[in-house]
Amino acid sequence: MRAKLSPKDFATSQEVRWCPGCGDYAILKAVQKALADVGARPESTAFVSGIGCASRFPYYIESYGFHTIHGRAPAIATGLKLANPELDVWVVTGDGDSLSIGGNHLMHALRRNVDLKILLFNNEIYGLTKGQYSPTSRVGTRSPSSPTGSVDSPVSPGQFALGCGAHFFARAIDTDKEGLSHVLEKAHAFRGASLTEIFQNCIVYNEDVFGSFTDRATAADTQLHLRHGEPMLFGENRGRGLRFNTATWSLEVVDATATPEDVLVHDESNPLLARLLIDLHLPVALGVIYRKPAQSFEDAFYANHPSRMQRTRSIRDFLAGPASWTVE
Amino acid sequence: MNKNKDVDSVVVRLAGDSGDGIQLMGSQFAVSTALAGADFSTFPDYPAEIRAPAGTTFGVSAYQINLGRDPITTAGDAPDVLVAFNPAALKVSLPLLYRGALVILNSDGFTARNLAKAGYEKDPREDGTLADFQVVMADITNLTLEAVRDFGLSKSEGGRCKNFYVLGVMLWMFDRSLDTVEAWIERKLAGQPTIRDANIRALRAGHAYGETQELSASIARFRLPPAELPAGTYRSITGAEALALGIAAAGELANRSVMFCSYPITPASPMLHRLTHLRELGVGTFQAEDEIASICAAIGASYGGMIGVTSSSGPGIALKTEAMGLAVSAELPLVIVNWQRGGPSTGLPTKTEQSDLYQAVYGRNADTPLPVLSASTSGECFDMAIEAVRIAVRHMTPVILLADGYLSNAAEPWRLPDIDSYEPILCNVPQGGEGSAQRQAFTRHPETLGRAWITPGMPGLMHRIGGLEKDIATGHISYDPANHQQMTDMRAAKLAAVTHFIPNQAIELGDDTGDLVVVGWGSTYGPIYQAARATGVSFVHLRHLNPLPPNLGALLDRFDRILVPEMNNGQLATLLRDKLRVDPLSYCKVSGQPFLIRELVAKIEAVLGEAS
Repeated sequence: MRAKLSPKDFATSQEVRWCPGCGDYAILKAVQKALADVGARPESTAFVSGIGCASRFPYYIESYGFHTIHGRAPAIATGLKLANPELDVWVVTGDGDSLSIGGNHLMHALRRNVDLKILLFNNEIYGLTKGQYSPTSRVGTRSPSSPTGSVDSPVSPGQFALGCGAHFFARAIDTDKEGLSHVLEKAHAFRGASLTEIFQNCIVYNEDVFGSFTDRATAADTQLHLRHGEPMLFGENRGRGLRFNTATWSLEVVDATATPEDVLVHDESNPLLARLLIDLHLPVALGVIYRKPAQSFEDAFYANHPSRMQRTRSIRDFLAGPASWTVE
Repeated sequence: MNKNKDVDSVVVRLAGDSGDGIQLMGSQFAVSTALAGADFSTFPDYPAEIRAPAGTTFGVSAYQINLGRDPITTAGDAPDVLVAFNPAALKVSLPLLYRGALVILNSDGFTARNLAKAGYEKDPREDGTLADFQVVMADITNLTLEAVRDFGLSKSEGGRCKNFYVLGVMLWMFDRSLDTVEAWIERKLAGQPTIRDANIRALRAGHAYGETQELSASIARFRLPPAELPAGTYRSITGAEALALGIAAAGELANRSVMFCSYPITPASPMLHRLTHLRELGVGTFQAEDEIASICAAIGASYGGMIGVTSSSGPGIALKTEAMGLAVSAELPLVIVNWQRGGPSTGLPTKTEQSDLYQAVYGRNADTPLPVLSASTSGECFDMAIEAVRIAVRHMTPVILLADGYLSNAAEPWRLPDIDSYEPILCNVPQGGEGSAQRQAFTRHPETLGRAWITPGMPGLMHRIGGLEKDIATGHISYDPANHQQMTDMRAAKLAAVTHFIPNQAIELGDDTGDLVVVGWGSTYGPIYQAARATGVSFVHLRHLNPLPPNLGALLDRFDRILVPEMNNGQLATLLRDKLRVDPLSYCKVSGQPFLIRELVAKIEAVLGEAS
């Protein structure tokens, strides 16, 4: 029996180089804690990242780590998983890395259901290149590259994921220890591609962009923490809930104390409900929004491979081809 | 009356519409030829469109094969025999033919409509166009339909058997057995018994037509002596097949699995297809979402301990460039195969060129050196694939292997190698040692400068790699100016270190000193070999392009002049100028077609005629 590791065992000697107050610090702590809690082994864990502030993450985790190139982490992680399906592979990425330059690779990792735990640090801005608007920035975002406000519509990570055929989508807030720990554990337990969107506060270029629902003082009213099989309640004393309006095909807030029977119970396997929850604003839906297990890509790849990637014959058997002849 | 003609070699060209089954007919003819002991070389020449409009000149698909006794190294300058299925095929092929060549025409194909589509105002069979040729006309479509009448096929189904009918005629003409082709049809069409039997019937009918009809009176049968090939077991092989086998063999020699990651592109795809048949050799194939993902997945597989390989053609290689830089920086093994084609941009997807040499040697951001190799013949693709893997894992570096569209499809006889005669490929397994895992991962072998290949899953060796500059000793991120200089020097030194492990350059033909040496690389080997043989000049052919073989400079210095023929605008000549400070003459051909021997002979003779 191997000794249980502590969060500290997943820290490296490297000095962490994010800005003071960056939301990434809280995420790093939560991930180190989650790794310890789930009993991860450093030697069989790998963190693969792209480029951007978030992508410095592997340097700070005591496991195998590969800081790759912009947007391509899912593709490199896919190759790594094909080479060694038993590894626990995490992909750390940002909104620009995963949804702009790397959108194509994220799409295909999700629809193939490669067993990757993808953590998308969404701060709706390009941080490392000094503050340009990103593919998740809201219309009108003023930035060095959009001084009069951005004009393009943002992409919704959750809707993108479901559109790609993802089997797991969850959300958490960087500084919400409990909520983040919960989704990290769920993501880790899922064999397939999990996309976890973490609302990350960029203190320098986009401070408080998520303030409308991350402010602790009003959190009870602005956050809906989902648990599969439990009613969707929020607000003071969990007095409010969500109801499905069959006339408008939308979610609406009801007084849960008056009509408790109307309150929806969360079913994480329902893709239609997931789409409504992703678009919900105030409260914002957090936790595991969608989860539908299916065979992972590498499991399918190996099952389909006649020798499960082992060498069961020699090249000698193949050299002659369909027809050969002898010259004396 | 049978007339028999004894010859040393014959060039045959089959030409028709893309949908006529020309390539299939050609490759089956090649195999039958091989089994009869002839040396041969083939040149499939087909349009980029899958089913180009029927009857048009740009839709012509052709298959040329040179067969005979002499060392056959090209598909031949000019056909001695042409089979043209329609006027367009005749029009495209006629300028290539020797005067006096035998021209077999499918009369059914010479309709007014097809003549017009080919741009013939008058019927070339009647206006003297063919006066210099020996012409045989046969209603091939009708003869085929007649032969397969009993099978109840539709007219179009029956007509599709005509390639086997013509193949039957060809096999008669060259006195070849029908057995191989029949066995092939049995195997391929096992699931469609009616079609299978109809094709076999057409094949036999074509053969009988040669024997019994007027053909035997009017044309000669060719009698070819067997080739003087070294003893051994042979097969027919294309470059795509040989390279796929070579990659799989390298996996066996290294005792590692191989992960081949690729995205479909002409003319690279045949290699992907071939590798799917070699999976029991511990080979995996992954069709990625794009070119970038395919090289990235190969890098991920190498990081995971397998031999990562990717392949493409020029435009796709361009997309992979940034990831090559990552593999150089992270010091991971990787093989990148480039099946070059005509460019720039989409260019000529199905035509051959060797114009990606600059891209391979110089075409990356920053100082990002990596080894570059090239294959000269279809069979040699096997050995160069092994060499590429060997260098990649020995020095922990990406390696580019240049092949081209000609090699991908061209077939030749290949003597089966004795795999036991190859040295095992040794991987840089971690040796343990001093310091942190990070430091151990970036401890480099003093001679190869290859670092330890530590892969996720190994206990106690967790470390981080990436594209940021690293400290040369500790392997941690470093922005130190002096360290960046040292790392840049180390990467250059690693490439230079490869020089100590590659063979000295040999002379292919001729004396090792003299007035003129012809220097080639890649698939121009065949025509240069013949031209050098014909003119008696010396011939040097390169397989290692970066770094160049250690003795190359001294070798070339022994000649007064250097001639470099290439299917590009002078890229090897530039490289030699850059690396060896020599000043070669360039002879460039960028038409999407291989060099003809006579073009090279003429050029060599012209150069020899000029005062040096």
